[in-house]
Parts: sequence; structure tokens; C-alpha cells
Amino acid sequence: MPLLDIENLSVTFATATGPFRAVDNVSLSCDGGDILSIVGESGSGKSVSMLALMGLLPFTATVTADRLEFDGRDLMAMKTRERRKLLGRDIAMIFQEPMSSLNPCFTVGFQIGESLRKHLGLGRAERKERTIELLSLVGIPSPETRLSQFPHQLSGGMSQRVMIAMALACNPKLLIADEPTTALDVTIQAQILDLLADLQKERGMALILITHDMGVVAETAQRVHVQYAGQRVEEQDVRPLFESPHHPYTAALLSALPERATKHGRLPAIPGKVPGADDRPNGCLFSPRCAFTTDLCRRSVERQGAEFGHALCNYPLEQGVPRGHPDPEHIGQAMAEMME
Amino acid sequence: MLRFFLHRLGLLIPTFIGVSIVTFAFIRLIPGDPILMLAGERGMSAERYAELRSLYGYDQPLIVQYFDYAWSALQGDLGTSIVTKRPVLEEFFTLFPATIELATVAIIIAVAVGIPLGVLAAVKRGSWLDQGLMGVALVGYSMPIFWWGLLLIILFSGILQWTPVSGRISLLYFFPPVTGFMLIDSLLSGQAGAFKSALSHLILPAIVLATIPLAVIARQTRSAMLEVLGEDYVRTARAKGMPPRRVIGLHALRNALIPVITTIGLQVGVLLAGAILTETIFSWPGIGKWMVDSVFKRDYAVVQGGLLLIAGIVMVVNLLVDVTYGLVNPRIRH
Repeated sequence: MPLLDIENLSVTFATATGPFRAVDNVSLSCDGGDILSIVGESGSGKSVSMLALMGLLPFTATVTADRLEFDGRDLMAMKTRERRKLLGRDIAMIFQEPMSSLNPCFTVGFQIGESLRKHLGLGRAERKERTIELLSLVGIPSPETRLSQFPHQLSGGMSQRVMIAMALACNPKLLIADEPTTALDVTIQAQILDLLADLQKERGMALILITHDMGVVAETAQRVHVQYAGQRVEEQDVRPLFESPHHPYTAALLSALPERATKHGRLPAIPGKVPGADDRPNGCLFSPRCAFTTDLCRRSVERQGAEFGHALCNYPLEQGVPRGHPDPEHIGQAMAEMME
Repeated sequence: MLRFFLHRLGLLIPTFIGVSIVTFAFIRLIPGDPILMLAGERGMSAERYAELRSLYGYDQPLIVQYFDYAWSALQGDLGTSIVTKRPVLEEFFTLFPATIELATVAIIIAVAVGIPLGVLAAVKRGSWLDQGLMGVALVGYSMPIFWWGLLLIILFSGILQWTPVSGRISLLYFFPPVTGFMLIDSLLSGQAGAFKSALSHLILPAIVLATIPLAVIARQTRSAMLEVLGEDYVRTARAKGMPPRRVIGLHALRNALIPVITTIGLQVGVLLAGAILTETIFSWPGIGKWMVDSVFKRDYAVVQGGLLLIAGIVMVVNLLVDVTYGLVNPRIRH
């Protein structure tokens, strides 16, 4: 049984211009001890689906799911109070902006100790001891002095380490990291990623890493879940995904990696942008930006089986060639365009 | 921190000089002559008039009068009331506890009611409760104090007969002042019913005086809360599984209070200004009423000395508020 099992999760926001579906029937599962990476451009609903899992969305959001289970427990059926007991204890989350994610009015020690008191009922002395332990675990030098410091006295990287320490306080079974390195310097990014990967391995917890950086995925993840415009478009283990992506969107993301595009002077880019609330096309949502689009794609789209990474595509790529595409001549041209 | 404190303390000096000049000049700009006011309707002879004028020094050029006044003020002598013949400082300290008592109760009401209402409105943003509360706050803010006071007197003292109309305590009770605060003294006196009487005298003027600060604090709290509730650290607190009460009442409110404390500090000036009207309506024997009476009697020494002391208090309180600000906001402390 997977630790986290999500089936057909949808999130709809009530906006001034009508309902907007930010997450559209996403299914996802993650075993204990796994690293799952959710990849996609900004606006693809990566964060929203995880915030929905945490129950942290604003009241304008409506969350529906056929199944939303954590550790065998049905989150949808749970009372808010019960669900809160899981948060910070069994499921923890760290965020994109470490500096603004820490409360400026409280010391580092207080903010970490708070979880320890709430979930584990530790006393003052135990909390202090455990907090120091956690801070040194995440690689913060002289943790005793850091304890009484305020967030504005920390750098961005330090802040993210504190956030990680806070998340690990109660030994969670699942840690969700929402673009944890986006706001950090490149050198610090690598350190934080290494730290996360090490901690995951040491403690055997599951890690869901939300990112838009394929490089980060390659370094850390075991499984990859590619999301586009609120939909899951592909899911594969990391190695086969990099070797043979099945969805054209995944392929395009990979070819946009600088490491893979050195031959040509310019980095390839995917034309257009993720459709918003008003310009969602019929059929395949990626069709306006895809090189292989046919009339069929503009009408409807079919999900492939596990052998093609559950790709949401009528013509899944097989070693770079769209399978069953009706116009082979067009393919060569399109592929050349894509690689430019 | 010490540097900051000394710097702010240094800034008080020019402000004091400015206040002393303004109060000195303004009371003399009002038509009327203190000595003729003393004489009353019977009038006095020209010789007696000239004698009194030179006795009080009003025959000197203004500039000389000012420096005389400033020089004695520096030595702690604010002059003597021309009406009661008592030193200004002594009168001030006799009456000041009544005003502090009124203002303290008023600010306690304003903070204790204003902050929760502001938080409630922010949490229920856009609801009828929010709109209702903020509508009432706007009315409270806009209402003329003297009219609002009269309305309450008509309702509670007139129609319902719940509270007395004026004064600090029923004349049936007598006990020597210990602290000058009627609520405390009445308790200390041990006389049955004395505290209740003092409280019933205090409650209406305190509500009237609290109205404007309460409205201001509630509105400021609401907007500060709204801003803070959208912050990332509030989401972090929720992600840690903290109950809404703690998220709102601790994580969010602590940050929202930073601007609210400044606002509360600024209300001290508003309170002392409001005390002038409130004390006059309720015949509350404090410095507000004292100031008004002295202006009518052209009691120069009392008006300029009293205003100087009031201004000094406002400045010191604002300084204290700035210090508190550092305690609440760690980014300033370090």
C-alpha cells in the first residue's frame, strides 16, 4: 500500500470571472521512502495540488478527489481537527521563500519548539535539546546561539535549513518540498538539495519535490510526475524518463536543458504559455504548443498505459518518434523544429 | 538601543521650546485681560489696575515676560494661578490623577475592545459582520464627542437612570485620597458601595473618551491583520498543524500589533485632547476641565504651564511607545 495515494484530485478556485480548475483529475502515489518529483512550468498546478493535500488552500478553493489517502487514512473523510494532527507531525512541508516563511517575531528555537510541544508534548528542556539536535542535523553551525536568533539574522540558505529542521522536528513520514531552492543562490541550491537527499535516505521518509528544474529532478528524484495545466501528462522513473520521454511536453522540457542543447547556439524554448482560465483549448491542453498536433488532438486526447508512462497523449513518443502519427512527413519537420 | 533612546530624548528639547513659545503666545492672543477678569463686574481703579499689572509683570515687554517664564520654568517653577493663588504645578498634580484614571480606563476599553473587533473583522473579511463592525467604527470615529456624551447621558443617566450625571463619586462617601485614583482609593477606604459608586461615575465618561481611539484601533488592527494573514509565515504555522486560534492569535496578531502599537501611542494625544471635552460634559475634575476654566479666566500661568506639562506627557508617552515598539519588533531591537 502506498504511503500517499491520490486519485483524481481536482481543485477549483472561485474567481471573479468564474470557476478556474487549477488541478484537473490528478492521480499520484508515493511509497514510503520514495523520492517523487513533480515537474511543470509555473501555473501547472504543482503547488496547488500539494497545498490541497495539506488543506492549506484558501476558502475560495474547492477540493474533490476519488481518493485522498495518507498512510491508509482517508483525508477527505477526516475532521479538520484530526487532519491537523497529521500536519507537522506525519506530513511536513517546506516552501519556496524561506525568508518570508519564518515568522519575523519569534526566535528560531521557538518556531521549531512549537511543533515539538504541540505534537510530541515535549517539555522545555527536552525541546531545547531536540531543537539543538535538529539544527546541527541540518548543518547549522553553533546551533546553541542560533536558537535565540530571529529570522532576520539568518541568510536565505540558513533560513531554509531552519525550515527543514522545523519540518523534520517530529520525524515526518512524508516531506513535501515546494521549490525549496528557487529563491536561493546557485551554490546554496546544491547544498540544500544534497541535504534533502541525505536526510531522506537517512530517515527513510518519503520526499515529494516540487520543481520546474529538470536538472534538480535528474539529481535527486526516483520517480517523476510531469504536470501541465493542472493535468498529469506523464509519470515515469527518472532514468527512463530522461532516456525516452513519452509525452512531447516532457521531451520539450528535457530538450530545453542547457546541458542537452549545447550543439546549437540558442537554447530551445517551448513556444506559447500554459493556458489560463479563459484560453483552455478543447482536447489536449498542450495541443496549441505541440509540434505533433493533429485534428484529433484538438478534439480529444487519450491516456496511455503504464508502458508509455501514463502519457496523456494520442501519439506517445517512442524513442522520440510519435507512435501512430498519421502524417510521417510532418514528423521529421516537426522534430527538427523542436530541436532548434 | 541606548543611542536611539538618547537621540529621541534629545529631540524632546526643541519640541519643548516650541510648545512653550506657542502656548505663551496663544493665550495672549485671545482678547481679554486677566486682571480685568479678576476685578469682575465692579471694576477697579486705574491705579489699582496698574499696580496689579506690575505685580504680575504684565507691564513688561512680551519678550521679557517670556524669558522670565522660561527661566522659572527651567527651575521647576511654572508660576502661580492668578485665580486660586496656588502654584500651577501643585494644582496640576492635584487634578492630574482624575484625568489619568479616566484616560487609562478609556485606553483599556479601546484596546480591549478594539483589537479583538479588528481581528474578528479581518478573519471574517467581507462578511456582514466585517462590514457592520467597520461601519460602526466609522460612525464612532466621526461622531462629535460632546454630542455623543450628551446622548449617553440622556439615555443612561436620564431615561434609564443607571449612572450619575457628573462628578467622580457620590457625595455620601468621604475618604482621604491615597493614590488619587478614585477606583483604588474607594477600594482602600473599605466603605461599602464606594467602589461601585466610583465605577458608575467613571464608566460613561470613559466610554465617551474611548470611542474615537477604539474606532481607530479597530480599523488599524483589521487592516494590519489582513496584510499579515496573507504572509508566508502564517501558512507555515498552519502547515505545522497549529490550531487556527494560535495561528491567528499568536503568529499573525504578534506581527499585526507592530503598527497597531504606534497607533495606540498616538491615541494618547487624542485622549488628552478628548479629555477636555469629556471632562467638561461630565464635570470631571481633571486637567481638561481645569484648562477650559483657566482659558475662560485668562489665567495665563495655568494655561501655559498646564499645556506645557500635557505636551510633555504626550511626548514622553510617545517615546515610551517607540521603545515598546522595539520590544515587539525584533528587527528594530537588534
